[in-house]
Amino acid sequence: MSDYKIIVENVSAGYNSNIVLRNINLKIPQRKITAIMGPSGSGKSTFLRILNRLHELTPGAWVKGRVILDGIDIYDRKVNPTLIRKKIGMVFQKPNPFPMMSIYDNVAIGLKLNGIKDKKTLDEIVRRSLEIVGLWDEVKGDLHRPGTMLSGGQQQRLCIARALAVNPEVILMDEPTSSLDPISSMTIESLVKKLAEDRTIVIVTHNVQQAIRLADYVAFFYLGELIEHGPAVEVFTNPKHELTLKFVKGAIG
Amino acid sequence: MFGDKIFKYTTAFFAFFIVISFLMLIYELYKGSYLAISKFGLSFIKNTVWDPVNGVFGALPLIIGTIVVSLLSLLFSLPISIGVALVLVLYLPRKISRGLAVLIETMAGVPSVIYGLWGLYVLAPFLRENVYSVLQSMFGFIPLFSGPNYGIGFLTGSMVLALMITPIITAVTKDLLLAVPTSIKEAAVSLGPKKKELALIMIKYIKPGLFAASLLGLGRAIGETMAISMVIGNKFKLFPSSLFDTWYTLSAIIANEFLEATYDLYISSLVYIGLLLLAVTLAVIIIARIIIWRFSKVRGEI
Repeated sequence: MSDYKIIVENVSAGYNSNIVLRNINLKIPQRKITAIMGPSGSGKSTFLRILNRLHELTPGAWVKGRVILDGIDIYDRKVNPTLIRKKIGMVFQKPNPFPMMSIYDNVAIGLKLNGIKDKKTLDEIVRRSLEIVGLWDEVKGDLHRPGTMLSGGQQQRLCIARALAVNPEVILMDEPTSSLDPISSMTIESLVKKLAEDRTIVIVTHNVQQAIRLADYVAFFYLGELIEHGPAVEVFTNPKHELTLKFVKGAIG
Repeated sequence: MFGDKIFKYTTAFFAFFIVISFLMLIYELYKGSYLAISKFGLSFIKNTVWDPVNGVFGALPLIIGTIVVSLLSLLFSLPISIGVALVLVLYLPRKISRGLAVLIETMAGVPSVIYGLWGLYVLAPFLRENVYSVLQSMFGFIPLFSGPNYGIGFLTGSMVLALMITPIITAVTKDLLLAVPTSIKEAAVSLGPKKKELALIMIKYIKPGLFAASLLGLGRAIGETMAISMVIGNKFKLFPSSLFDTWYTLSAIIANEFLEATYDLYISSLVYIGLLLLAVTLAVIIIARIIIWRFSKVRGEI
């Protein structure tokens, strides 16, 4: 088994004639937190959305290169993107629980899509997922109320529970705390640490402090290029590139 | 400055004019039906006899006919409309679906008399020869499938109406699907659903809007006159005796009998029918509006 969960090779991407990412090469280590950081417009969100083939849904979007997940190129013609997406959970910038579904159904939907119908199994996994994100005690009496009645931080944890329910090996997070208050952000951050114990996490952030607190491994993007990447300690204490140093010090971004 | 004022007062006048003409319309309907209202009162609504020879009029069969035929047409139209909207939004390339959408919207503009002609001369004979007769030979022992088979009747009428309301329901459903926020769509897609499952999630999301769209279609079906009076058979009866039987609706009786109405009470009764028709249609539209409004308020989209 390779130490790397995802290997990105020569990936370029963009929309129509715009190039958003240029020739990215990056190896994402197994069961670690990899932080993708960079100022806005650096292409980090696009990079994340390439990993579960969400990028291609935007009209005019294109991708070149290879993204290898567990030895399989997910951009191979023979690969079904829905199967890739089932292996990879995603959490978005703004909490987006399904407003027409109850808290319970929001967590159970992924399982139902995977064909799990047994009520007992569903109940159990919903409970376990909500327990992992620390929401169970807060919502166990309200499982059949809409997910949108929760606070912002709770909604984001609900969305994490929704992603967790199908037991993905990889979780992608696109600035998951940027729309939350500091206390909710801290809760989410400690949750991310816990999740990384047996899952691969790729988290996009423009917040250097958050990257320092969370990341095992860091990739710094600037204007569509991967400037520097490596173990977090190295990148933060001894950045090789001037731009990285500036970003870490807060001079750009 | 002066031009501004002129513009302001002219537009205000026209805006006001619409409200006034609507109120006057209601007043005229009330005035026109006054004779019938004073003679029959509200029992007009529950009376089941329509006998111009003896001057006895009641609207219950027409009300039931209108409601049943409209609901049936909605029942036929809804699955087709949702299916077409889903194909347009989820399955077809953008360029093709845009072209098709224009075509569908054009269908909504086809004069209803043309749908009526088509129903009378194409659909009704076809159903009589190839569908109803077959059903009759197979299930004729069940009362629902027995009785004379003219081709025209309330079932055929419902189908023609369904075809007429499909464009509007399709157009609204398509817009609802396109308006599903990207964040919701991406959340759904990232769970790895098949197209069919994604469609179900989106349908679930737009459900309240879909309900309102159905009511808009229902409103159109209730008010539709020309086509339905051409294909329903125009026979006054409380209930049809079989699926192939003729029937009558509020709108059809007005279109069909206003020329024959030779005395005041008869005319007044027809205007009373018009008043009822307006009331039913308005009720449906108002309910639809309230639902759309409450739905968007809950979502915080207003």
